[in-house]
Amino acid sequence: MSATIQKQWTNATVVAVSAAADGIARIELEYGRAIREPIEGSHLDVDVHIDGRAEVRSYSIVEQDPLDPRVLVLGVQLAPHSRGGSQYMHALRPGMKLRTTQPLNSFPYRTTAGPVRFLAGGIGVTAVMSMAAAARSHHAAGGDYHFTYVGRSPSVMPFRDQLEKLHGSALSMHYSDTDGLFDVPTYIAGCPKECTLYMCGPLGLLEAVRTAWVADNRALRNLRFETFGTTGKFASVPFHVSVPEQGLEVLVRPDQSILEALEAAGAEMMFDCRKGECGLCQVDICEVRGLVDHRDVFFSDQQHNSGKRLCSCVTRIAGDADGTVPSVTLSLP
Amino acid sequence: MAVITQGNSQFTDIAASDWPMNAWYVAAWDHEVGRNLRSCNVAGRPVVVYRTTTGKPVALADACWHRLVPLSIGKLCGDEVQCGYHGIRYDQDGKCTFMPAQETINPSASVHSYPTVERHRFIWVWPGNPALADPSLIPDLHTNDDPEWAGDGEVIGVDAGYQLVLDNLMDLTHEEFIHTSSIGNEHLSIAPFETSHSGNSVTVTRWMRDIPAPPLWQYMLNIKFPGYEGHVDRWQIINYMAPSTIALDVGVAIAGTGAPEGDRSQGVNCFVLHTMTPTGPKACNYHWAITRNFALDKQRVTNELRRGVANVFFEDETMLNAQQVAIDANPGYDFYNLNIDAGGMWVRRIIEKMIAEERQ
Repeated sequence: MSATIQKQWTNATVVAVSAAADGIARIELEYGRAIREPIEGSHLDVDVHIDGRAEVRSYSIVEQDPLDPRVLVLGVQLAPHSRGGSQYMHALRPGMKLRTTQPLNSFPYRTTAGPVRFLAGGIGVTAVMSMAAAARSHHAAGGDYHFTYVGRSPSVMPFRDQLEKLHGSALSMHYSDTDGLFDVPTYIAGCPKECTLYMCGPLGLLEAVRTAWVADNRALRNLRFETFGTTGKFASVPFHVSVPEQGLEVLVRPDQSILEALEAAGAEMMFDCRKGECGLCQVDICEVRGLVDHRDVFFSDQQHNSGKRLCSCVTRIAGDADGTVPSVTLSLP
Repeated sequence: MAVITQGNSQFTDIAASDWPMNAWYVAAWDHEVGRNLRSCNVAGRPVVVYRTTTGKPVALADACWHRLVPLSIGKLCGDEVQCGYHGIRYDQDGKCTFMPAQETINPSASVHSYPTVERHRFIWVWPGNPALADPSLIPDLHTNDDPEWAGDGEVIGVDAGYQLVLDNLMDLTHEEFIHTSSIGNEHLSIAPFETSHSGNSVTVTRWMRDIPAPPLWQYMLNIKFPGYEGHVDRWQIINYMAPSTIALDVGVAIAGTGAPEGDRSQGVNCFVLHTMTPTGPKACNYHWAITRNFALDKQRVTNELRRGVANVFFEDETMLNAQQVAIDANPGYDFYNLNIDAGGMWVRRIIEKMIAEERQ
């Protein structure tokens, strides 16, 4: 119903772990009850243990076991810059317990009479698979939906067989290693004018889609997306943050956000979603050495280009070519 | 108006107050939904209903995504709803189209849009899984807008669980005792009845041959056959359609003219339509209509029948409310079921199955 569902924590049992693709684990969790909440566009928050501390991570629900409504399936990618969250998930084995929430519907799928398109980039497929399955059953009577799945190559793209079996000709695969770069404007131009597009993938793909969407004079409300707040235009490197008003000087590690680094240094920060959507963690940029790699979807392109503010939960600073450690000076509200 | 959590009682729920979510329920009469925002409760869900500029009915969750304020106290702007608190707007699919003081829209901002269909002069809303919302599952109440039939109805807010209303309608023996002045007489409780069921329907059939007509039926018969005061063959065929709709096929014909064998030409026939929308474990909205296949052009008859039936149903409402109060005052006690409850028992069986299926 609303954006925020109150979390109910429980213990689920890991019943199966298998490889869904290179570096991607398919993890089946069994709850003590049948899950009746909608899983389309939902994720689970789970407790992961990193260096003895529990931290919360969110993973999209890929599907519910059609034969056992107590079982939910996650697809988890081993992240290169992970602090250990995805490593923890990959180390799960059958029989182990995982502390987790009920399905949290953060990216709701709304059935509409009009055409629907799904676009998944890489691991983003986990966020739209359950929606596409719902669209398939909803449009079984001949309605209009199509699923496009983009990735580098088959070996790194999970759940391909399953998707091909379910969607048949309603699925298009694009392998950029062999098919070349995915042509976003052509893709958007080929979508019906009144369609709703649900997409999830890396920020680069999202930005290309959003640019093409606006250029094609389409209503922004029909573009529904989720990002993981973890990808940007540049690689994640360490950088300095200073807040002169509070006498703070911190180094932001590649596996850390500005928000986390400042919190650790004792700054009192305001935030909510921690994934670049709500805008509550925005701070003023005073000076920057390097390039601001905006990774939020809260600010518009114009606001990003103005360089006045950044979302501290996701945005990073990338280095210039000269090799010095980049840095940014901020003013906190 | 809270979202109702079902099944909290520590005792066996004799009022059988749970309901299926995967079903069509009436949110309102067609004429009650227009170019304004109307708050309804459908199966325990707060819902706001309105019509678009092209007349299409829309049902959205009646709670803003942002701060849960009821959207029904906001404003209708074209085809969109604007929250009355901070101006956040939603289109007819529930998608957010405007957020204040920012240049973008939060990518997941939306409220639930309930599958909605206008049929048989009612606005039907599906509170459960939208993927299962098949309009062909809407109960057949066609006499409510069929040119061969005329009639009208109302809605009653009953302070009793919807299954108690179903119990009431699945056994019409009570007419003899509750509705003595209108449709009841002593021939009801002595007439045998037959019960049959298949899939999601139950039928209870009762014929009373060669009996005097009760007052309301005498009035109707005389509209078509002025002056006739002799005996009648009377029928009551109770058609239940899961989960909470009943179409009563009722009528009287001049005795011995062949109505039980299928020739109803010497009689008058009404379809009395009932469809209950649970609004909580101990409350429901009971939409009803009385439709007839005679005197189609007489608005006076429409008004008189509507008023007459409203009086009859007020007697039921009084009994149902008292029953619910008594159930609550006697926790831990069970119902005793009699022969006359067979139809109601089948109804309960079907509803239990529907609920078990969607909760498995």
